Amino acid sequence: MIALDINGKRQNVDVPGETPLLWTLRDELGLTGSKFGCGMALCGACTVHVDGQAVRSCITPISAVVNSKVVTIEAVGGEPVGKALQAAWVENGVPQCGYCQAGQIMSAAALLRRTPKPTDAQIDEAMGGNICRCGTYTRIRAAIKQAAARQGGTR
Amino acid sequence: MSAPVDRVLRAGAEASSEKSVVLANVSRRRFLQGMSLGGLVLAVGFRSATAADEPKKYGADGMPNGWVDNPLAFVSIAEDGTVTIVCHRSEMGQGVRTGMPMIVADELEADWKRVRVAQASGDEKRFGNQDTDGSRSTRHFFEPMRRCGAAARTMLEAAAADRWKVPVSEVAAKNHEVVHRPTGRRLGYGALAKAAATQPVPARATLRLKDPKDFRYIGKGQLKLVDAVDIANGKAQYGIDTRLDSMFYAVVARPPVLGGKVASVDDAEALKVPGVVKVVRIESSPPPAHFNPVGGVAVLARNTWAAMQGRRALKITWDDGPNASYDSTAYKASLEESARKPAKVVRNDGDFAAASAGAAKRLQAEYYVPHLAHATMEPPAAAARITGGKCEVWGGFQSPQAARDLVAKRLGMSADDVTVHVTLLGGGFGRKSKPDYGIEAAVLSKAVDGKPVKVTWTREDDLHNSYYHTVSVEHLEAGVDAQGKPVAWLHRTVAPTIISTFNADAKNEAPLELGMGVINVPFAIPNVRIENPEAIAHTRIGWFRSVSNIPHAFAVQSFVAELAAAAGRDPKDFLLEVIGPARQVSPETLGDTWNHGESPERYPVDTGRLRRVVETVARESGWGRKLPKGRGLGIAGHYSFVSYVAAVVEVAVDAKGAVTIPRVDVAVDCGPTVNPDRVRAQMEGATVMGVGIATLGEISFKSGRVEQNNFDSYQVTRITEAPRVIRVHIIPGGDYSKPMGGVGEPGVPPIPPALCNAIYAATGKRIRRLPIRDQLTV
Repeated sequence: MIALDINGKRQNVDVPGETPLLWTLRDELGLTGSKFGCGMALCGACTVHVDGQAVRSCITPISAVVNSKVVTIEAVGGEPVGKALQAAWVENGVPQCGYCQAGQIMSAAALLRRTPKPTDAQIDEAMGGNICRCGTYTRIRAAIKQAAARQGGTR
Repeated sequence: MSAPVDRVLRAGAEASSEKSVVLANVSRRRFLQGMSLGGLVLAVGFRSATAADEPKKYGADGMPNGWVDNPLAFVSIAEDGTVTIVCHRSEMGQGVRTGMPMIVADELEADWKRVRVAQASGDEKRFGNQDTDGSRSTRHFFEPMRRCGAAARTMLEAAAADRWKVPVSEVAAKNHEVVHRPTGRRLGYGALAKAAATQPVPARATLRLKDPKDFRYIGKGQLKLVDAVDIANGKAQYGIDTRLDSMFYAVVARPPVLGGKVASVDDAEALKVPGVVKVVRIESSPPPAHFNPVGGVAVLARNTWAAMQGRRALKITWDDGPNASYDSTAYKASLEESARKPAKVVRNDGDFAAASAGAAKRLQAEYYVPHLAHATMEPPAAAARITGGKCEVWGGFQSPQAARDLVAKRLGMSADDVTVHVTLLGGGFGRKSKPDYGIEAAVLSKAVDGKPVKVTWTREDDLHNSYYHTVSVEHLEAGVDAQGKPVAWLHRTVAPTIISTFNADAKNEAPLELGMGVINVPFAIPNVRIENPEAIAHTRIGWFRSVSNIPHAFAVQSFVAELAAAAGRDPKDFLLEVIGPARQVSPETLGDTWNHGESPERYPVDTGRLRRVVETVARESGWGRKLPKGRGLGIAGHYSFVSYVAAVVEVAVDAKGAVTIPRVDVAVDCGPTVNPDRVRAQMEGATVMGVGIATLGEISFKSGRVEQNNFDSYQVTRITEAPRVIRVHIIPGGDYSKPMGGVGEPGVPPIPPALCNAIYAATGKRIRRLPIRDQLTV
């Protein structure tokens, strides 16, 4: 048994320590909001927060996060930044198929927590690892800026 | 098999030929059904006397199982007033789960806040055609969905009139309640629900549709997507998210070469991997590929990761079969060789040879577009279980009815005993029109006595075993007059056909491919010759968003710009001149028997509309504006899916040859719109996909195997390379009696040529081979 702190809850899982966090979340814990897209940290669909940092859960073994706090898309709305981003995503009609958007929002939330008023270059840097095959990038950028403005640059 | 295809192609020239009926009305699936029975020949050759008397059917009428407008199938109202509207088309990002119910809700006078959307399972007898492809949902179902809503509204009004014992003419439904006008009495939809359900469904001819000026939702674009909140919260359910009690998780080792088989397998090590439960062989099917699984060896485990580890531990020897020699470099050379020789003529106006010989100048160019993979962000995935002789399948399917029929066939069951639950699709782009992954899930469930099994494709699986966009060489020649204007035009298009996936002998492009921007190009050029050399497919060729329009538009719109440059003319003015004056051209006179399945009378090729999108995008983009060194504007306009789209791309090419795209303007004329915000979104997304096709996308084969594995080697556009600004200009569609056009696909084709034309303007370098990748690097 390995004990994990997921979304503020202690969870015991009975899988080998090298099992990636993504598959532990999805298959063992039923948290399917984090998505599988590549398995190699190339697309960002699996992005979660580990101690507040955006992390690709598809290449992160659970043994690496036993002493950390993991937050997924299912709980990021409990934080002001996450909530503001989710609202901006809806308001700007960002999603098309929506599959990558959980990862996009998680990357954006980590960005805004660190950089409340990001420039375009900072958005590029933070979001360049998240692929959207539907091509919603202009709206992603607009939604991040809107959420940042609504947050008023405060944490 | 090629002879009958010839006949069908030529039949297009005979305007009233009955022979063209089958293909003219072809839907992707019906065509396939015909093919699988050898029906292309039979259907053309042996038409029954009755069939010959039937008028041609177009639009939704021409699709398998047509349309249904029965409100009892689509609308239900609970006593608390909640209105549930069924969406029978699959959601893959086009917004159909918002758009279709919105049409019903508007006619129903329902308050959108009290509307819930339910997804139909695959059942075309009940819901009408469900093949969500061809950019067809809105144009085929706008009218039936309006009638659904109007019929349900009429039933509510009748129920209220009964309750009040007043003439129905005195009552009117408005915003979720029925009002008795003389007295002002009101009854909510919830209170009327039960009584309304017992009212007779009104006859279609008696229905009173709303005056479009009274629309609340249609054409307004103010409604948020029904799934947006769930998506943003991580609650939205895709096929890959399916979880069933006691479910096994499976991944499959598939033959790396199409047609390959397992020669031997040693699963001893795989079975030792913690969590692995079972190893199961999936039999391959003989060619043609159709929608069948390619076969292989499945590993079932307690979670996906364990299954992946188990697969890694399998020792498989493959018997590759004849496609092991497929090599993209050699194949490109063979296509080029074919493209340089005279071939089967598929359209011939005037006398190209004579006009070209007499021209002031002759120009030619060749363009290459490689295979592409859809790379939907959600790779193919599906779950299945079999209980009590009935099979249930869950997954994101663009063609749930095909999934149902093929699962039934594979399991030897009746389709009545198969239920296909349609989840959200994490991207479709044509890949998920082919339900091979659903059949895999069903086969695996059967192998474990019906227990639930979910099969997940990895990204490598997706790229290695896709139904690829074709690969093509487009050879163009023109003879121009003293002013540089083309008087003779030759286009030789050569590409393995989608039909090869259903008939291994097919070697020529089908009407549905030629009708995608090669024969139905309505230029004002008197001498036009279109030829189509044969090409043999060595992999599964399939539909990819906008399909053959991609290579055809790239070639045609690049070549027009090349002619403009040779003539020293402004590319926009020259393009308009080549399009010629505004006129309506019958697709049949262009040899296009297909016309996207639409009536040639209702949907002629309208050069006025094509001109208008070109003129609009030129104006809105500030065409002709002065730009700094290293920047350029490029333009292209293309007609596809009975819509007209033009784009102006602005590029910046730096000293090292790196391309950035500060801005793209897109003008679209798709007729009247239901949800303009989604029209914009589709144009934005198509622009990004078009940029990716132009700059990065390539699937190549070596020894029959795909050389790309994941997003490191098969690159797609990221936010860093995407256009910074995309401005979409929607041509007002006029009144709602006007024909609607497609939206999901037609935004893609103009982007690659507009981008390459912009690069030419910026650098003087002409790109004729996609992707651009490092061709500009210095």
